[in-house]
Amino acid sequence: MGKKPQPEPWFQQLMDQKVPSKKTGRNCLIAFVSGALFCAAAQLFEILLQTYTELDTDTRRSVVLICVIGLVALLTGLGWYDKLGQKLGAGLAVPISGFANSVAASMLEHKSEGMVLGSGCNSFKLAGAVVVFGIAAAFFVALIALLLGAV
Amino acid sequence: MPDDLWMQLLKAAVVGGGICLLGQLLFDAANLTTAHTMSILVSAGAILGGLGWYDKLADWAGFGARLPISSFGNTLVQGAMEGAGKNGFWGILTGMLEPVSAGVAAAVAFGFIIALVFRPKA
Repeated sequence: MGKKPQPEPWFQQLMDQKVPSKKTGRNCLIAFVSGALFCAAAQLFEILLQTYTELDTDTRRSVVLICVIGLVALLTGLGWYDKLGQKLGAGLAVPISGFANSVAASMLEHKSEGMVLGSGCNSFKLAGAVVVFGIAAAFFVALIALLLGAV
Repeated sequence: MPDDLWMQLLKAAVVGGGICLLGQLLFDAANLTTAHTMSILVSAGAILGGLGWYDKLADWAGFGARLPISSFGNTLVQGAMEGAGKNGFWGILTGMLEPVSAGVAAAVAFGFIIALVFRPKA
């Protein structure tokens, strides 16, 4: 469980010959650098908000997230996110941008099936996993904390 | 501007880059799908949040820890524990989604607007 389905051995051998090997090291470097720049930019934005606005801490942090999500949704709509996402890999998929993109992209992709059955029903195709496992994990963690008297 | 501006940015970069690197390793080295990787990171964030370690990391690294999706798990736990502190068991469920409202509501609202305005590429 948890792995991609594996192909037949003969097919795997053929693929190993034909498909260029995954450049894990290079991908990791790209993910680190792009993720680092992205997070630093978000941090800089928060510092700017802190310096030039009167927002309280919680609101300020939410505003940063909302702006990132809005920007990513726009880039998704324009079709620019895909190319960037393929190049940067986890550097763009792991931050909240991956979540925002998966919602916007699924809704847009299934638009032709209608706003309700297409966009509505498919909106949480990928983000659903994040929401479900986040809530389930948080429920059990908080329940354990409550039973241990740690809250 | 704070005096330690560059230090804050560096901390955010190192931690944020590190979490993305971990995600890429789960993609490439462990051969996991995007959905599995995200679920693992969110669950890990929730567990570290329950131990109180994720908030410490976020205090140190700012958006280095708050931008990656693992922060979603932590924020859920913080809301659930705050609710539990106020209202016991029921508070877990009433408080959990409060602090993540901004992220989820923005993603859905903006996604909906995008789906209305743009056309999918063929």
